[in-house]
Amino acid sequence: MTTAAMAKTKSRGDYVRIVGLIFGGIVLLGIIYGYITNPVTTTAVLASTLRQSTPLVLGALCGLIGERSGIINIGIEGQMLMAAFIAFLANVYTGNLFVAVLAGLATGAVLGGFLAFMSVTLKMDQIIGGTVINILALGLTSFFYQTGLTTQGKLQAIALGPLAEIPLIGPVFFDNPPITYATLILVMVVHYVLFYTRWGLRTRAVGEHPSAADTVGINVYKMRYINVIIGGSIAGLAGAYLTLEAVGSFERAMTNGRGFVALAVMIFGKYTPFGAWGAALLFGFAVALQTQLQFSGRLEIPHQFIGMLPYVLTIVVLAGFVGRTRVPAAVGKPYEKE
Amino acid sequence: MDKTNRPIVLEAKGLTKRFPGVLANDNINLKLHQGEILALLGENGAGKSTLMNMLYGLYTPTEGEIWIKGEKVELSNPGEAIDRGVGMVHQHFQLVPPMTVAENVMLGSEITSGGGRLNMRQAIRNVRELSEQYGLAVDPTAVIEDLPVGTQQRVEIIKALYRHADILILDEPTAVLTPQEANELFRIMRDLTAQNVSIIFITHKLKEVLAVADRIGVLRSGQMVGTAMPEDSTETSLAEMMVGRNVILRVEKSASKPGQPVLQIQNLHVHDDRGHAAVEGVDLEVFAGEILGIAGVEGNGQRELVEALTGLRHIDAGKIRIDGQDTTHFSPRQITELGVAHIPEDREKHGLVMPYTLSDNMVLNRYFKAPYAKGLIMHHDKIDENGKVLVKEYDVRPPNVHALAQNLSGGNKQKVIVAREFSSPTKLLVAAQPTRGIDVGSIEFIHKEIVAQRDHGVAVLVVSAELDEVLGLADRVAVMFDGRVVKILPIAEATRERVGLLMAGSDA
Amino acid sequence: MTTQTDSKAKPSRLMAIWRAASIPLAAVILALLVGAVILLISGANPIAAYSALAKGAFGSTAAFGRTLEKATPLILGGLAVAFAFKGGLFNIGGQGQLLFGAIVAAGVGFGIDGLPFIIHMPLALLMGSLAGALYGAIPGALKTYTGAHEVITTIMLNFIAINFTDWLADGPWKDEGIVARTPAIAEAAAIPTWGNIPAGFFLAILAAVATWYLLYRTTTGYEIRTVGLNSNAAKYAGIKVSYTVILTMAISGFLAGMGGAIETLGVVGRYQPGFNAGLGFDGITIALLARTNPLGVIPAALLVGAMQAGSSQMQFDAHVPFQIIDVIQALILFFVSADMIVRWIVRVQPDEGEQVTLSTSWG
Repeated sequence: MTTAAMAKTKSRGDYVRIVGLIFGGIVLLGIIYGYITNPVTTTAVLASTLRQSTPLVLGALCGLIGERSGIINIGIEGQMLMAAFIAFLANVYTGNLFVAVLAGLATGAVLGGFLAFMSVTLKMDQIIGGTVINILALGLTSFFYQTGLTTQGKLQAIALGPLAEIPLIGPVFFDNPPITYATLILVMVVHYVLFYTRWGLRTRAVGEHPSAADTVGINVYKMRYINVIIGGSIAGLAGAYLTLEAVGSFERAMTNGRGFVALAVMIFGKYTPFGAWGAALLFGFAVALQTQLQFSGRLEIPHQFIGMLPYVLTIVVLAGFVGRTRVPAAVGKPYEKE
Repeated sequence: MDKTNRPIVLEAKGLTKRFPGVLANDNINLKLHQGEILALLGENGAGKSTLMNMLYGLYTPTEGEIWIKGEKVELSNPGEAIDRGVGMVHQHFQLVPPMTVAENVMLGSEITSGGGRLNMRQAIRNVRELSEQYGLAVDPTAVIEDLPVGTQQRVEIIKALYRHADILILDEPTAVLTPQEANELFRIMRDLTAQNVSIIFITHKLKEVLAVADRIGVLRSGQMVGTAMPEDSTETSLAEMMVGRNVILRVEKSASKPGQPVLQIQNLHVHDDRGHAAVEGVDLEVFAGEILGIAGVEGNGQRELVEALTGLRHIDAGKIRIDGQDTTHFSPRQITELGVAHIPEDREKHGLVMPYTLSDNMVLNRYFKAPYAKGLIMHHDKIDENGKVLVKEYDVRPPNVHALAQNLSGGNKQKVIVAREFSSPTKLLVAAQPTRGIDVGSIEFIHKEIVAQRDHGVAVLVVSAELDEVLGLADRVAVMFDGRVVKILPIAEATRERVGLLMAGSDA
Repeated sequence: MTTQTDSKAKPSRLMAIWRAASIPLAAVILALLVGAVILLISGANPIAAYSALAKGAFGSTAAFGRTLEKATPLILGGLAVAFAFKGGLFNIGGQGQLLFGAIVAAGVGFGIDGLPFIIHMPLALLMGSLAGALYGAIPGALKTYTGAHEVITTIMLNFIAINFTDWLADGPWKDEGIVARTPAIAEAAAIPTWGNIPAGFFLAILAAVATWYLLYRTTTGYEIRTVGLNSNAAKYAGIKVSYTVILTMAISGFLAGMGGAIETLGVVGRYQPGFNAGLGFDGITIALLARTNPLGVIPAALLVGAMQAGSSQMQFDAHVPFQIIDVIQALILFFVSADMIVRWIVRVQPDEGEQVTLSTSWG
């Protein structure tokens, strides 16, 4: 490769970074302007952004942990839904929110194990495997859900003392219920593990070039199983969030496509935790902003078009970014020891 | 040098490996002495890789024993082989492309500091020490996919040495090297043996074996047919052991009678999948009735050149004329219609649809023409007829047009492609790696067919990473290096040394 | 190695069909068994449930007619997914394409006056199918030109379609009155029912046969299948891959749209939201049950259609919530996929029982 070509590749990356920085700057200015003119609304929009983005971040983390190890997870939606339902049931029957959250985590993990079983052991097409989980989740939750079950309350916000008093940033970041906090911490933890530890190195190797890992004695199958199960529990946390923190009850098909939007978030975030976080915030912001404008009567759009927004945004993101992201090279292919 | 009086470090006794329906290794006995370079010779499909995979713990033997340094062992995974000092340098490198040299070397035996955190600094230091000790220059912080192939191979060797290997298995190590780089590798091998590392070196290249081995073992059809000492052997004697009959090493052909130029390439510029320039200004002409061979180590633009010629890749600049017509922006179909036959480099990727039957594959690029189709309707009876004729003419086995392509051996798959491409009027034949990975019988057959095409007045372009194939077939030899044709020589002037130097980029 | 002569090459037709059908059959039986277990867990009586199911599906000509009616959009949904699979694509957007087909058919049905049946019905049917085709072509184009994977884009488009058709039915195309739905279609646009048997069913059968013919007897079908199996070889063969991908999705959408159109014109008589949710996933189950063979879609759809037709009887007689059908369908999907893959791995080993000395490249 000639040096001229190398320079060209580098400058393309710089170009994207510059555009991103400018865009981020505009958003920041907009927020500051909004806060000066209307602090209550702006704070509300930002808080809503964080809330909307939480399940997306968690779903994206689930997806990227799996993909980094080489497994495509299309079943995040099903994992979220099932976990939401089980967490809801646990809350109804035990009244203990902590137990309910654990139930959600466990459900996600079990479904993750199921996906791993289909993908790694049965060597099924991973997209079909994920679809099976989605269909199973929809069917089982619809079948077993009876209306009229009441929950025993939901998870409340915990203000972090004086930090919550800081204008604008305070109420948005430091006055949140536990799962929202957990999400922020998870982003950092996953980033650290993936890029700074032995486990992360091996995971990435298994996703890029599994036979290279195999020949140095790493158990590719075990790595993939564990990663997908951990990812599943994170998706389970997202499900628990929906019923225990966000809404407080269950509704048929309540995930509403978030699991798939999370995939777009993952791709947009270039399969990195912080990238996913930023991308999810962007999605959440778009939805929160649109809803706010609708309520304030500034926009005369039929509500169905507001409803379409996250899905249209997902397509736009995919169309614009999927070709340009470097995917782990061995993703989607079952590993066969020769 | 005869080192058979030295202690035995590795021994295989009666090693056998059976796969369902296939006996890959049959009762193999093998001894490796300390500090020895044992060359394992065999043609494609003889069972060399299977044997090595068993010695490295990737396969479990069906029968037989493996003894390492005087102890009988049962290896269930590579980790156990590594523990006993066996290291393997694979033909297809087992390196993770986006990671650095240091990360790749320590993968699986990582250095951590407390709680699993990677200690990159120590790893880098270790790699540097090793590379100095053994004379293998590498930059520990470089990213694998940016490194040239020869350097990547050195990383593979360091990987093995990092784990204290003193028995190295090298699987077809020179497949991707120029003759000069191969010589450099041989120097490294001799240095290693001077430090008491023992080496098994797998190859199908007779010249190399004679150049570097202390002892030679020959595998044929899964069996060890004998050992030989290089001092007592010639290329011919080894080839006969490899194949089991008299082998003619030179392709028989008469002098060429070149006619009009059929293929004319002017100042061609093409880039590769990653956006880097692959072909940087190539000028070339191929005349009717001659074979122009393109020699060069893979990765110097040959693949992109062939794809550009056959319409499979976009051309950035320059012109291509076939039979006088400007085909620079022609689609693959238009080019085929002009009478161009293409034997693709990767037969399973481009040349065949594996789950299709032989007859469907035989019309892969002409299914829409009469008599195979009329308008939208396909005529499967005519397609089958065509298949039956070709299967007989080209001796494809099994001779069943309803067999699926995926169930054929490599050689027979290639014959299907050759049968298809040669069965319609051809003006230009482009053959890329035409005999890669197939048995000697099929190689001879295909070489004969290529020469026959030439004698019928077809202009033939053969691209091959096997220098011997190019030198055997070509009337003129063009050498590609770094995206350019550095020189074109008449066959009489194309000696191995001269071509080898050109392949490495020097002006000879 | 023994060589086979040509006459031994083709196994008998009947053996082939049996071998092909045995996996799906096993999958269905297994799913029904597991379903029975789930019913037991939830306190219901599986035997009572299943016999009520059968009664509701086949117990009378009315029941049989209901089964055919349910099976019709399932045939077309299954065809849509199976066809896309043959082209190497995963079309989960059947639902969205079907919705557009349904509402456009309704629009043509109620929006035009005074046409005779011979013109009005086929026109409404065609326009609905074309609407589905267009909606299917979108993810095809997105995949071709931007690389966006059709699994995600088609699901997104499903949600978008639900919202959009909701808006149409609640807004510009709304009937008089409170309910959000379109006006009824004209008489002349309706697909008739003969006694209890819906004529639309035969349209679906026709579509299945036409699809099979297209795939296996035409050059276009050859191109689509080649792209689906090996797009590199397809390029080498001179096939225009991008065009083929879009065409495949368009035809797939056409079939799904036709399913929606037939529902509107033959069953419901207008478009109203809440319409046939989940058809996209049903289509996947049926396509895999049929092992992506267009003709196999017919029995598969009849089976699932029977379950759906009988489910209300089952709810009535045995007090079992009808969603158990969803669960059973998901189980069928799992067993079919798992079986297929396991069988595929096993089939890769050569048929010869004797040992053959190595002649292929293992080395």
